[in-house]
Amino acid sequence: MEVKTASFEKQSKKKSLTVSGAEAVIKCLLEEGVDTIYGYPGGAIMPVYDELYKYQKEIHHVLTRHEQGATHAAQGYARVSGKVGVAVATSGPGATNLVTGIADAQIDSTPMVCITGQVGSHLLGSDAFQETDIVGISTPVTKWNYQITNAEEIPEVMAKAFYIARSGRPGPVLIDITKDAQFASLEFSYKKCSGIRSYQPIPELNLLEVQRAAEVINNARKPMIVWGQGVILGGAEDLFKQVVEKSGIPAAWTILGLSALPTDHPLNVGMVGMHGNYAPNMLTNECDVLIAIGMRFDDRVTGNLEKYAKQAKIIHFEIDPAEINKNVHADYPVLGNVKESLKALLELLEPNSHKEWHQQFKEMYKTEYEKVIKGNLDVHKKDLGMAEVIQEVNIQSKGDAIIVSDVGQHQMAACRYAKFNQSRSNVTSGGLGTMGFALPAAIGAKMAKPDRDVVAVIGDGGYQMTIQELGTIFQTRVPVKIVLLNNGFLGMVRQWQQMFFDRRYASTNMVNPDFITIAKGYHIQANQVTERSQLESAIKEMMQSDEAYFLEVKVEQEENVFPMIPTGAAVSEILLE
Amino acid sequence: MEKQNYTVSIYTENNLGLLSRIAAIFLKRHINIESITASPSEVTEVMRFIIIVKVSEEQIKKIVGQIEKQIEVIKAFYHTDAETIYQETALYKIRSEDFLDDHTIQDFIKETNARIVTVTRQFFVIEKTGKRIEVDQLYEKLKPYGLMQFVRSGTIAVTKNEMPISGILEKFNTTNSLS
Repeated sequence: MEVKTASFEKQSKKKSLTVSGAEAVIKCLLEEGVDTIYGYPGGAIMPVYDELYKYQKEIHHVLTRHEQGATHAAQGYARVSGKVGVAVATSGPGATNLVTGIADAQIDSTPMVCITGQVGSHLLGSDAFQETDIVGISTPVTKWNYQITNAEEIPEVMAKAFYIARSGRPGPVLIDITKDAQFASLEFSYKKCSGIRSYQPIPELNLLEVQRAAEVINNARKPMIVWGQGVILGGAEDLFKQVVEKSGIPAAWTILGLSALPTDHPLNVGMVGMHGNYAPNMLTNECDVLIAIGMRFDDRVTGNLEKYAKQAKIIHFEIDPAEINKNVHADYPVLGNVKESLKALLELLEPNSHKEWHQQFKEMYKTEYEKVIKGNLDVHKKDLGMAEVIQEVNIQSKGDAIIVSDVGQHQMAACRYAKFNQSRSNVTSGGLGTMGFALPAAIGAKMAKPDRDVVAVIGDGGYQMTIQELGTIFQTRVPVKIVLLNNGFLGMVRQWQQMFFDRRYASTNMVNPDFITIAKGYHIQANQVTERSQLESAIKEMMQSDEAYFLEVKVEQEENVFPMIPTGAAVSEILLE
Repeated sequence: MEKQNYTVSIYTENNLGLLSRIAAIFLKRHINIESITASPSEVTEVMRFIIIVKVSEEQIKKIVGQIEKQIEVIKAFYHTDAETIYQETALYKIRSEDFLDDHTIQDFIKETNARIVTVTRQFFVIEKTGKRIEVDQLYEKLKPYGLMQFVRSGTIAVTKNEMPISGILEKFNTTNSLS
């Protein structure tokens, strides 16, 4: 008897540690502090879903209507919260549908872990039903990826996945798990990953580099800062603000850097790049020192590289060594996490105000105001403009909303005109320019910050690329606010056709459905603005609603976004009309 | 900038799929890989890739940066021909009767320090290890006699300067055990 009891005890003790691979996946997520994931079930990932059913109190699984939606929702969640977003899909088409979101997260440095099911390991390479080489397919667009065929690998690989996704310059990681590995048992124990010997996420800060940079900055007469998302990813917003204020240097942002410094900050001089503001673009080619902080000199930022800030000494604060000298030669590179490098820099900076130089920005802003902004916001012109709508959102939200924008003209209007008081409030697809991003991303953003208003600003083109996510909104009751800026065109392409292709509007006009009826079909409150007089009250009603809300605004059909740097032109050749 | 041969040495963890990650970096930039070899390195469980490409120095710097970014890459280096000792091996299969009938072939072999590795009634296999130009020269000499088969290995190279891989790995071990 005694022997039997002992063995029974031993067995039950063992049982408490022995789990299936699928359960191990869930346990790993819990160990990493994950409470919300986005996904879509299917054959090869069913064991994981079966465990999700058991763990539904611990993990909220959001069923999106398409796997692409799951990735964008995970991105929205990650961008707003700073945590790793998680998306789950089955093998084959489930996995391939993730690719756009993964590529988007890769180019915009968004921490994300994607988990895909895979056919049983005995079927690998046999062209089995829903078998696809997702590891091969996702290789160029992931920071790291791995296929698990043995359940025992799950804890270590998952720990590594989260570590890689969030550390250093963040990015997407894909873990593909064969069905047999999900079914097989393992002894579960979890240890968070704290380092990988072949991977140095943050280069060691060299104080000498900071000293040299500080010296150049202190001696500059016309310095200018261009900051990017690195400030946000590094959690260095406060330090950055102090650097800007102490040095008195006018600071401009890239589209992903937006919201790191409040819009109203006196030294915030606007956006650089193709549709950026006039002053920072023009003065990029006049400054004597250009201080790039956590940005990567994307072609949309620099315009023609041969004519980009050639007169300036370039200081580049950057975490990723591969970005140094990639597009623009850095005279003074400062490698490291901005949180450390800016801290060191702050101490070495001499207080300054650069008043005259700053005045130049102000003068140029006046020019832009007269030629562009005034017209964009003019309430006497015939049709409603996109900027007017954004302006009304600003007024009603007081600049406290999270704005999620899609891709195109409305995105430029949103980024140029939206007012932000706090960081991590601008969510948009920058590098990849993924139409269809905003609606699912807004779902993730709202779930990450339920207490804040989340307003998705979307064009009628991009909206229809992921419109099925209205089903996710309906099912989860996530109260996102959707502003559809409907001009009946793929507006940005149409603008280019107008400017560079003699108005040949090839496949850019949209015959659209009744968007109100569609929203109502999903039992989402819906309203429409067809004239200016309705705008204020409609936005007010939307902002006050506690539920999901869809607002369609009919805007001018052929409005163009200015300023604009045409392809191949220098930043200082920016057009105002 | 002028293009020249660069030897890229990549020390990596032995990981499935890394080859395609590295190859994709060249593919994306339309850079032709002249030769590639992979083998264990002087450090246990660490692999070493040797890739030869003809590019400008500006390009090779960026490529090495992108390669080093890959998680399983421990360290990547690039070197010019002058900075490395490099060799490749080629095998030449020729008909026995050509070999035996024509003494000039035997002279070539002696001159070029090639080696006969296999002799059968039907064919001889000659091996030559050296710089690519030497391998090419022997190829040109033997070609008129009708080569039955010819194959050349990728370039393998060691650098004249030290490669501080063990140091990098050791540093990781110490910092990690401290934290």
